[in-house]
Amino acid sequence: MRYREALNQALREEMQADERVFIMGEDVGVFQGAFKVTQGLLEEFGEKRVRDTPISENTIVGMGVGAAMAGLRPIVEIMTINFSLLALDQIVNCAASIRYMFGGQVTVPLVIRMPQGAGHQLGPTHSHSLEAMYLHIPGLLVAVPTTAADAKGLLKAAIRDENPVIFIEHEYLYGQKGEVPEDGEPLRFGQAAVRREGDDVTIVGISRMALTAARAAETLSKEHEIEAEVIDPRTLRPLDLDTIVDSVKKTNRAVIVEEGWPHGGVGANLAALIQEQAFDHLDAPVARVTGADVPMPYSKPLEQSAFPHEEHVVQAARATFGDL
Amino acid sequence: MEEQVTGRAEESENGSGDVVAEATHRDLPDRETCTAVLSKMMLIRRFEERAGEMYAKAKIGGFLHLCIGEEATVVGATQALRDGDFLLSTYREHGQAIGRGTHPNAVMAELFGKVDGCSKGRGGSMHLFDWERRFLGGYGIVGGNLPLAAGVGLACDYGGTDDAVLCMFGDGASNQGTFGETMNLAALWKLPVVFMVINNQFGMGTSLERHSAVTDLSRKADGFGVPGARCDGMDVLDVHAHTCEALQKAREDRHPQLLEAVTYRFRGHSMADPEEYRSKEQVEEWRRRDPIVGFGKRLAEEKVISKKQQKELDEAAIATVDEAVRFADASPLPDLDSLYDDLYVYGDQLQGWWTVDERSPETHRGEDERSQGDVARGLREAGAAYAATERQKTRGQREGQSGGDGEGEPAGDVRDEEGGGQ
Repeated sequence: MRYREALNQALREEMQADERVFIMGEDVGVFQGAFKVTQGLLEEFGEKRVRDTPISENTIVGMGVGAAMAGLRPIVEIMTINFSLLALDQIVNCAASIRYMFGGQVTVPLVIRMPQGAGHQLGPTHSHSLEAMYLHIPGLLVAVPTTAADAKGLLKAAIRDENPVIFIEHEYLYGQKGEVPEDGEPLRFGQAAVRREGDDVTIVGISRMALTAARAAETLSKEHEIEAEVIDPRTLRPLDLDTIVDSVKKTNRAVIVEEGWPHGGVGANLAALIQEQAFDHLDAPVARVTGADVPMPYSKPLEQSAFPHEEHVVQAARATFGDL
Repeated sequence: MEEQVTGRAEESENGSGDVVAEATHRDLPDRETCTAVLSKMMLIRRFEERAGEMYAKAKIGGFLHLCIGEEATVVGATQALRDGDFLLSTYREHGQAIGRGTHPNAVMAELFGKVDGCSKGRGGSMHLFDWERRFLGGYGIVGGNLPLAAGVGLACDYGGTDDAVLCMFGDGASNQGTFGETMNLAALWKLPVVFMVINNQFGMGTSLERHSAVTDLSRKADGFGVPGARCDGMDVLDVHAHTCEALQKAREDRHPQLLEAVTYRFRGHSMADPEEYRSKEQVEEWRRRDPIVGFGKRLAEEKVISKKQQKELDEAAIATVDEAVRFADASPLPDLDSLYDDLYVYGDQLQGWWTVDERSPETHRGEDERSQGDVARGLREAGAAYAATERQKTRGQREGQSGGDGEGEPAGDVRDEEGGGQ
């Protein structure tokens, strides 16, 4: 099953199970979703529950917050993560803060779904990776599923959760296939997946970079006799730090791979946490592999050179052994 | 000062100057309703006056936005709501909370940052909330509450109820992107929301004609398909009648409405406002239309509620506010261990999260805040201890600067210059 189909299945099943669940966003209905994630939902659930909206991101998200406060379980689709910047007021000042600032009187069970990621030559307004920005904000949960199974399981969990969830999909991953369990059970937030076991170096890959990290691990094994342990955190808030730290204590080396920018990035955060929790176990500085510190360029070679590939990860992992 | 309504003219803003408030053209409701309306306006006025005093004493931190002058708008509108209806407001919302029925004790305690506050001391003056009374909040971002109100309206619609939503915001908010976006969506989806723009003539210190190309705000949503009306925000009966009508249309015709209440705030934007953007003459002009004095005068003239009875009502309001201050003073400060409470809802999906806490020696789980060791506790208390010295400092600043005429004195948001605390 493709990643987008797994998401579609999660939406369908949760909408069937709970009348309060509905989806709204730009072109989610008649158009069937900009990335076809909502295909067929309008036909099955009707206009009340699959709502095409005007292009008004801040207000769509704000309405989601209001509807969630009043007892519904809205899913808001934002066409790409860059557009969610228009809704930052509602995401930060309302969704993330309302329960806390009103003393716990109300919950905001809202899911905001959106894709991110480079590689489709969409230039600097459609291609960024901003999970670090959302990771920054207390009150939000942040999911970054990589596989079809995780996409389904985590989206179901997100919809059932009482907290506002930033659910970050990936444009490249929509077409990727993977096994999806039949049981339809949600996954728990805060449980990392160990994609590959190894004793020599821990590689943490975020979103698509978990796949890049896995490929790099195979190369490291075949060509450099380095056995890497590859960890996909799956959710950044909450973060399964235990799994990461346990792995680092075993391998004594850590490489973090993300598509987003380096400063204030996921890797910067993880590097700090790892050195706080496992300083005595580290045999090398924690390495980061990140997207280039520029707005995403359009031209294909420039764009491809601006986010991490397998070679970058291999290089960084080898560098932790100081043998380059 | 014959028209004076209150028993404490020297301390009150009720009845200053000659009253020229025009008698409303609306018929008076029954005596009981008149009493309730007048009492509520008096209560809000007295509450706000006292809040201002408490601010000068540094019992209240941050910003304080008073609605003195806008009581008719607040009470006329909130009295029009049914129990099942929802109300959302701005950061100038003490009156709205009280109007909706939140106990003044809980409002004052919130201003004091106490645990019995209506937001448990988490929100403060700008973020009051009372779920039980369907008062869904004061919001500190101008225009930020409009989308929320539309979302609540969507939930009313989705659930098939005939509950409606009243969303109040200021003239300044009509320039935010959320105004146009929300009007369009509310009209498109036929949501039962009344958008009430409280036109108090200023977006902070910028006057209406300097901030809005269209100054008839009731027309400002025409292009989005939301019909508008205008009411006299200094006349509680006019506000009430218009709000009832707008709510009925929203509820029964399933069509959002825009209602402009033309009013004026007698005090500055906040307590830190030197009011250099408006003339004393203009303020005086509007004060002559004091909504409480005008309504009281008519009630006395038409022999519905005598001046003596009005004085008693005012004294009752003062007593209620006295009690609110006593209550807020006595209420405990929030437990330091409650810092992380109510950030997340825990459940099957979410069982905890890592936090990095500068007040504790080690990274620890946020949900474990309460069980941190002695060192962490000591550090928390060390941080909290700054509250006493900071309050002392603030008090000195506010008292030192409050020697003016008592109106909107620049009570000093000196913290702005100092970068917000130590």
